[in-house]
This record gives sequence, structure tokens and C-alpha cells, in this order.
Amino acid sequence: MKKITLILALLVMCFGSSGLALAENLINGAGATFPYPLYSKWAYEYAKKTGVKLNYQSIGSGGGIKQIKAKTVDFGASDAPLTVKDLSDSDLLQFPMAIGGVVPVVNIKGVQAGQLKLTADVLADIFLGKITKWNDKRIAAINAGLNLPDDTITVVHRSDGSGTTWIFTNYLDKANADWHSKVGFGTAVNWPAGVGGKGNEGVATYVKRIKNSIGYVEYAYALQNKLVHTKLQNKDKNFVEPSMETFTAAASGADWKGTPGFAVILTDQSGKNAWPIAGATFILVQENPTNCANAKAVLQFFDWAYENGGQMAKSLDYVPIPKNVAQIMEDAWAKKIKCNGAPVWTK
Amino acid sequence: MQVFDRHKSYKIGDALFKGIAYFFALSVIVLMALIFIVLLKESWLSIKTFGFKFLYSTAWDPVSGDFGALPAIFGTIVSSLIAIIIALPISLGIAIFLTEMAPKWLKGPIGTAIELLASIPSIIYGMWGLFILAPLLSEYVEPYIIDYLGFIPIFRGAPMGIGMLPAAFILAIMIIPFISSVARDIFRMVPPILKESGYGVGATKWEVISKVVIPYTKSGIIGAVILGLGRALGETMAVTFLIGNSHDISIALLDPATSISATLANEFTEAVEDIYLSSLIELGLILFVITFIVLGLAKILINRFSYTGRR
Amino acid sequence: MDLHYIKRKAINLLALAASLLSAVFGIVFLFWILKDVLTLGMPAINASFFTELPTPAGVEGGGLANAILGTLMITVIATAIGVPAGIMAGTYLSEYGRKSRVASVVRFLADILVSAPSIVIGVFVYALLVKPFGGFSAIAGSVALSIIMLPVVIRTAEEMLKLVPDSTREAALALGAPHWMVTVKVVYRGAIRGITTGVMLAVARVSGETAPLLFTSFNNSFWNFKLTEPTATLTVTIFNYALGPYEEWHQMAWGAAFLITALVLFVTLISRVIVRGKA
Repeated sequence: MKKITLILALLVMCFGSSGLALAENLINGAGATFPYPLYSKWAYEYAKKTGVKLNYQSIGSGGGIKQIKAKTVDFGASDAPLTVKDLSDSDLLQFPMAIGGVVPVVNIKGVQAGQLKLTADVLADIFLGKITKWNDKRIAAINAGLNLPDDTITVVHRSDGSGTTWIFTNYLDKANADWHSKVGFGTAVNWPAGVGGKGNEGVATYVKRIKNSIGYVEYAYALQNKLVHTKLQNKDKNFVEPSMETFTAAASGADWKGTPGFAVILTDQSGKNAWPIAGATFILVQENPTNCANAKAVLQFFDWAYENGGQMAKSLDYVPIPKNVAQIMEDAWAKKIKCNGAPVWTK
Repeated sequence: MQVFDRHKSYKIGDALFKGIAYFFALSVIVLMALIFIVLLKESWLSIKTFGFKFLYSTAWDPVSGDFGALPAIFGTIVSSLIAIIIALPISLGIAIFLTEMAPKWLKGPIGTAIELLASIPSIIYGMWGLFILAPLLSEYVEPYIIDYLGFIPIFRGAPMGIGMLPAAFILAIMIIPFISSVARDIFRMVPPILKESGYGVGATKWEVISKVVIPYTKSGIIGAVILGLGRALGETMAVTFLIGNSHDISIALLDPATSISATLANEFTEAVEDIYLSSLIELGLILFVITFIVLGLAKILINRFSYTGRR
Repeated sequence: MDLHYIKRKAINLLALAASLLSAVFGIVFLFWILKDVLTLGMPAINASFFTELPTPAGVEGGGLANAILGTLMITVIATAIGVPAGIMAGTYLSEYGRKSRVASVVRFLADILVSAPSIVIGVFVYALLVKPFGGFSAIAGSVALSIIMLPVVIRTAEEMLKLVPDSTREAALALGAPHWMVTVKVVYRGAIRGITTGVMLAVARVSGETAPLLFTSFNNSFWNFKLTEPTATLTVTIFNYALGPYEEWHQMAWGAAFLITALVLFVTLISRVIVRGKA
């Protein structure tokens, strides 16, 4: 028995000391599921190039915000911008890394991608549980010629805190008065109806599995899963399809420099081509980091991503952050992130 | 002189060894107390804010920070009870088969097979349930349940393959091995003389089982059932995959629901506000207390049986 | 013929048929699950599964080598904590405490802890080790698993030690050996087989645990050798991948499921063989 204990103790020491030898080339981040494919792709390429490993775990935006506040990770990621007050309360800085859109996805027999048209009011009433059948008059009225079944709609939403939910409910909140008074918006809300899936992945899986369902996922997930997205009516009363162009159109009016805390919201934007449920996805870092070396490594990674990640982003259907916006962000890094009074970021 | 020294060193060695053993035995008590204290401390904010209302409130509104445990408690208890209702007759059947019917050469292999079923990790059950069982249920089972039994409100809902009933079903499969192996062990403890006197007066096998074996082992079986219930109440992974994660109380068993453990698995790393996290931890505390009571009860019943059973 | 007799016979037959069916039902599910895990998991198992890191979605190839190592590492450390502690506590119950009040309280609590919800243990360790120390870590996962392991080891150790007859102890004591030496050299030797079996079963059980690791060891897409960093495990990987949207992920998840199931069943079977060998 003693021998075994001894061997085990030695093993523990081996693990411990080998850890010391490899110190400080692992960065931990956690948060939004939406940019997960992008960040993991970046991390994969970056590790090949520099040897610095970025461990990003998609646990949901709510989780990202919580973990960076609790300082259990080196950076958090969220699709929901934090308010200026929240940022200053927790000494956090946020900056956007990519722009994307949330799309309603459906699983109805015979309905192809982009065929079903929805308005904000119809979408809200489906998620409020007021419209319960696919052949409801109000859906039929805007979808002449589409054969919709007399089947019960199953609503699929997120079961976890999520920036996707924040963007989606923020849109419904702005566009539908009933939603505003009954539900509101947030990373998690009190859902009036439906089934909960964990993460964009969970919702995608459920929508695929459950017949006559409707859910909402980030665009990249819809594409990769070959889910059937819908068209949506935007603020200018046009029915638009989700695409890189319509997301870019929604983001074109954003005033990054003038918005305190960079808390830019891109839902329900005007513009002929604007997709109504767009949003930026953010990175959160501490302004006074406890682990300065890691804080610097985080910024180096995202600088590299601003610089070299655009093409990879496009190939995965994310809209990259324009160079001039990236410059604004890097200036903010230099000014605000400090270790013992000295700026962490110098280029 | 030497003898005296040896005795002294014996004494020190003994005291040391006993001390270490005592320390680790006490560590169980300390650990249990620590779990209670830590959970209580971390959920204090929620307890202070919501008070007893937390137990019967159905709110689960992270936007306004209003939380209640009832839907999760309801889902936890109902899914476990349904699981027991499905699992009990089958488990007893297995135990009867293994003790009274199976030929000797079959007892070993089947007993082992059932125990292997118990050792499969619960995440495998969950994954299998989601990928294999759920599509089958939604395609071939639930539509018929709705068509033929839909006049009873509990058999309504959409045939999704995900919901309270599928979760309860997978739970039942998971606890069958537990209940049946305890029941088998208890059946074996019935003194042969009791059974033989039954056969002696011309009773059939079933009459001996139902009138002698089961009444004799009643408290032990109840203990086994409660033990299975304890397992089902705390089970996380299998339930999380299949229950549907909806904070609604629905009487229709095909509808999605949630359980305490599924809520924790889904929302724990995501909860941002302190009150949200605190409420989740209070859920954990409630689950801990429920299982503590249930398992404590089972233990007392089984103990009582083994006293009366042995002597 | 006596109608009453026929009725009794019929009921007897029916009831026995029902219990036969129940046994068949149990067996069918076992083989059904095993068959699916095998047929869906096998295709994912190849050399790179054991040697390579996971790739981001859309990039071909990759494996779960880091998760395999992580599961091993976390389980080994959990064993290193849980087993000695459990055996010592079991020794107390069997050799010293016996019918004392402390012993019966410990027994009662250990029995409850055996079936305590593992997710609650995860929450507890999160509050105890993750939040205060500012990060998910392999060691937090190990501690959570060791807590789950502890009561199992305690109870088997006690049962096995109790099986050693008192006459053996008395004989050794009569030779003038001190009590602790009798325990270590005589009683442990007599019970070693049973205790090993119990430990193996406990290790098998915790290596398949997921819930307590979600908030403790968390996950990692890279190798990790540090106890203080998040670490990938097979079970958490299954959880994430199975709920993921990509076919390759499901494939990997089935592969991991196959590996962990094979491991657990193998250990369980071996331990049964050991028990049988003894009897």
C-alpha cells in the first residue's frame, strides 16, 4: 500500500513539475458559443505559428461574463455588450472581434431555406406561444403559395445564458410591444413557451431532431448544419435573407468611437438591406489584470487576429472587424489596460 | 528494559495508526458538514431574498432576477417517481427470475449482465437516449400514445422524443440494475424453510413468491426502491440530454420539463448575476437535502430488515 | 378438473412468464446500448484518435489524446487521494470503531454520500476550490472525484476487513505483535483481494463521471500537464461533442463513449473474476 502511495505521490510531483517547465504559454478564455468556430480556428492556426495555446471553451456569453468577473479565465467572450456601468464596476474593457447575425431556423417538411417569410410580430407571437400552428392565418398571409402543415409548432430556445438570446430578444423587444411588456431582453429570459437546448449547438441539434420546430441560431451554425433559415422583414419593411451583405449593411451605421464602452447594438437597424437581428461579438478583458503575462499574450493574439484573421473569418461566414475599428480598439488597449501602472499593450 | 522499550514503541505506533484511521473516519463527518455549510453559505443570498417562497414559486426569470424552485423540484420528483413505477415491476421480475427460476448455469451470466448495465456511465445513457431512443420514441411510440391515450391529459404534448416521459424512461433503465440486484440479495436471505413449508402445503411458485417471499422481504424491498429513487433524483447527465430543459410545469408527460440536476448542468457556468448563481446553488442544496432524507430513510429500512432478517 | 387449481396454475405461469420477460427486457437494453456504442464508436477509433489533439470544426482529422490523458490524470490523482483516505477510514470502522457511536454515524453518512448527487459535489468543489483560487483546474476535478470515491472505498474496505476472522487477529496479537502491525501485515493481507476489487470498481465508476467535472476540471482543447489548469476529460468531451452540431463531433463523441464504456466494463468484469476466484 505504501509503495502505491509513494508511486502516486511521485506521479503527482511529475505532473506538477512538468507543468512548471511549460509555464505560461496557455491562455484560457470562455464565453459565447457564436464565435467558437472562429476562435478555435484562429487558435489552431496561431498555435501552429507561435506555439502559444489559446484554450477557448464555448460555455455561453453569460458564462463568459461571469468567469471573467470571477477572474477564473484570462478573457471572456460575449455576444451581448456589457453596459458602461457594468464594465466600470468590474474593471473590464470590451472590444468587438467579429460581426454576425442571428437567424430563425425551422424544420418543416417541404420548406426550403429562405422560403418562409416572417415579420417581427409573427416571430414574437410564435415565441410567445400565441401562434401555435404552422398554418395559422397570419403566417399564411405573408407566405402565399407556401404549403404549411396543420401541425403544432415546437419553439426551441436556449437553456443557458447566451448572447445569441440577448441579440434575438433585444430585437423582439424593440420590434414588438407585447414582447417588451411580457418578456423583455437579456442573456437568459423567462421563456413563455418551448424547449431549451444548450448552446447554439444544442438548439441546432434540437431543431434538426424535432419536426415542426422553430429556433434561432447564429448564422454560421445555421449554414454549417444546413438548417433551414427564414427571411425576415426589416425596419424598412423589406424581406431580407441573412448573408454577409445584409449583416454588413446592418453594421454600416455603427459609431464605434462615439459609443461609450463600445457597447454598440446592431439590432433592428434601418437600411434597405439591413438584416434586423445582427450584432457584434465581444471580448472582455480586465483593465487591471492579475496575470500580466497572460493579459499581454491575450492582446497579442487578438492583434494577430485583427491583422491576419479576416480571411479566416470570411471563410467561416463571419463579418470581420474593419481595420479602422481595430485601430480604435488597440488605442483603447494601450490607454486602459495597466499592470502596476504601466500599460500592458505597446506595439 | 528492552521489553519495556518495545512496549513503548508499540504504544506510540498503535496510537499513531489509530489516530490516522480515526482522522480519516472523522473526515467523512467533516466533509458532510462542510458540504452543507458551503452550500448554505453560497445560497444565503437567495435564501435571504426569496425565503420560503423559493420552494413554491414557479418563476424562473433571469431578466428580473426572480427565481423559484418549484418547476425543477417538480421535474426531479415526477421523473424519478415515473422511473420507479416503470422500474419496480421489472426489477422484481428480474430478481425473481434470478433467485427462483433461472437454471444455475444462467444465473451467473445474467446477474453479471445486469450488473454491467449498472456500471455503464450515465453520460452514455444520455447520449444513447438522445441519438437512438429519442428519434425512435418520436417516430414510433409517442404518436400512438397521443392518438390512443391522448384523452388522458397526462399523455398529451408534441411527439418530440424529448421530455418528461423519455427522461423518466431512460432513468428507469438506469435504476433497474440497482433495484434488481438489491432485491435479488434480499430474496436470497429468505430462509429456505419458509419457502419449503409453502411448497409443502401445495402452493405454486408464484404463490410462494407473492405470499411468502415478498411479504417477508417487504421492508427490504421498500429500502431498495428508495435507494433507486435516491439514484434517480440525483442523476444528471441522462436527464439533461432528454428532459428538454423547460422551466414550465406541465401535466402532459410528453412535454419538456426540467430537473434540479439538469438546471445546474445547463445554467451553472452561465449564471452572471449573484442572485442567479445563489439560486442555482440553493437548488443544489435542496437536491442534497431531498436525497439525504430519501437515502437516510432507505438506509434505516434496509438496516431494520437485515436485523430482523438475520435473526 | 378443479377450476380453482387451473386458475392458480395459470396465474403462476403468467407471473413467471412476466419475470422471464423482465429479465429479457434488461438484457435486451444492455446489448442494445452496447451494440450501438460499439458500431457507432468503432469507426472513430484509429491511431490519431489516441495521439492527436482535437481540431477545430471543419478541419479534417484530429483525436482526443488530451482528453484521454486528462481522464487518466484526474482519475489517478483522485485515486491517490480517495483510496488511502478511504482505506484508513474503513480500517477505523472495522478495527477500532466497530459498534461505537462515531462509527455508526460515519457508516450512515458514508452510505448517503455514496448516492449523493454527483452534480452537487461538483457545485460544492466549485465553491470550495474553483471560485476562491480563481480558476478551473485538474486538481479541483480530482478532488470532486475523490469525494465520490471515498465512501465507496470506505464501505468496501470495512466489509472486506470484517471478513477476516477475529481468530486470525487474536492469533497474531498473541504472538506479541502490536495492533497496528497486525492490521497492516495480517488483516490487510487477508482482505487485499476484496479491497482491490472495491477500489477497481470505485475507479471505474468515477472515470465515467461527468457531472462533477463540468464546473471543476472544465475543458481544454490542448494538452495540459499542470494541476492548476483546466483539463479535458473524455466524459466532458462527450457532453460537449454530443450536443454539438457537427457530424465529426458526434463521431468523436461515440468514439470516446466506446473507449470509456470498454474501460469501465473491462474493469468491472475483471473485478468480478477476482471475486469469483476467491470464492
